[in-house]
Amino acid sequence: MKRILQLLSALCLLGSTCLWLQTGANRGWTKTSLPIKTLDTVTGIEGIEYQRKFQPGVDFLGAALGGSALLAGLSLFFRKNNEPTKT
Amino acid sequence: MKLTHIIPIACLATTAWATPQSFDFKDPKGVNNAVFKLDAPLEAINGSANGISGTVSFDPENPGATTGKILVASSSLTVPNPMQKEHLLSGNWLDVAKYPEISFETKALNHVKTEGNITTAEATGTFSLHGVTREIAVPVKLTYLADKLSARVPNLKGDLLVIRANFVINRNDFDIQKGQYEDKVSPTIDLSLSIAGAATR
Repeated sequence: MKRILQLLSALCLLGSTCLWLQTGANRGWTKTSLPIKTLDTVTGIEGIEYQRKFQPGVDFLGAALGGSALLAGLSLFFRKNNEPTKT
Repeated sequence: MKLTHIIPIACLATTAWATPQSFDFKDPKGVNNAVFKLDAPLEAINGSANGISGTVSFDPENPGATTGKILVASSSLTVPNPMQKEHLLSGNWLDVAKYPEISFETKALNHVKTEGNITTAEATGTFSLHGVTREIAVPVKLTYLADKLSARVPNLKGDLLVIRANFVINRNDFDIQKGQYEDKVSPTIDLSLSIAGAATR
């Protein structure tokens, strides 16, 4: 169990960091839609349309770090499986 | 046709041409938008609204006499972060359920300058937000595009009027979390309006 929790903790930290980096390392808040600008050629007005896209921010990274720390912390309450029990 | 018949018709036609046109700002293409920006420590809060409607009476021969009212549906305000959007529309901030519209109604245009089809002026009028109405002066740029409606909406003939305005308001003036969270969300709000209205013939 200890090993599983440690593995999950590492996966959580690694996965979230990879996702954050892959989606542009957004140092702002997490976004679920991104503004796309369109130009109306007749009036010259820049219209704004929102495209549904998940872009994790530092709050996502913080939550993942917290989750990872929690899992790592929980793993401390478990003994290693192969550790011999004292009698 | 006798000259005596032509003169009244010509006069009528001239009068009809000179009367102000009513431009409808409900945009079928959904391009009209109002952009807002508030500074915040981590990242500025940028959003927009596209629920724009209203009418403006504009006379190309006398742009200084322009009057009208522009409405923005409060519920159409959008920011990319879902939690920020929820807070923005909630009773703690804009309370869109209670105050569904944001509006600006012009009373007068001052410092009017016209060059070609472009008019710049300072529009004085009443701005209503969050149930509070205040008189403000807004620099505006009006661009009159004669016979351009068909280029934008096929099968429709008429003119277009583009209005652009950039101005700043203070949320404290409109009782939006007055004096609260000023370290987290700036009290000043930058507003930018880019809208086009159509007058069909």
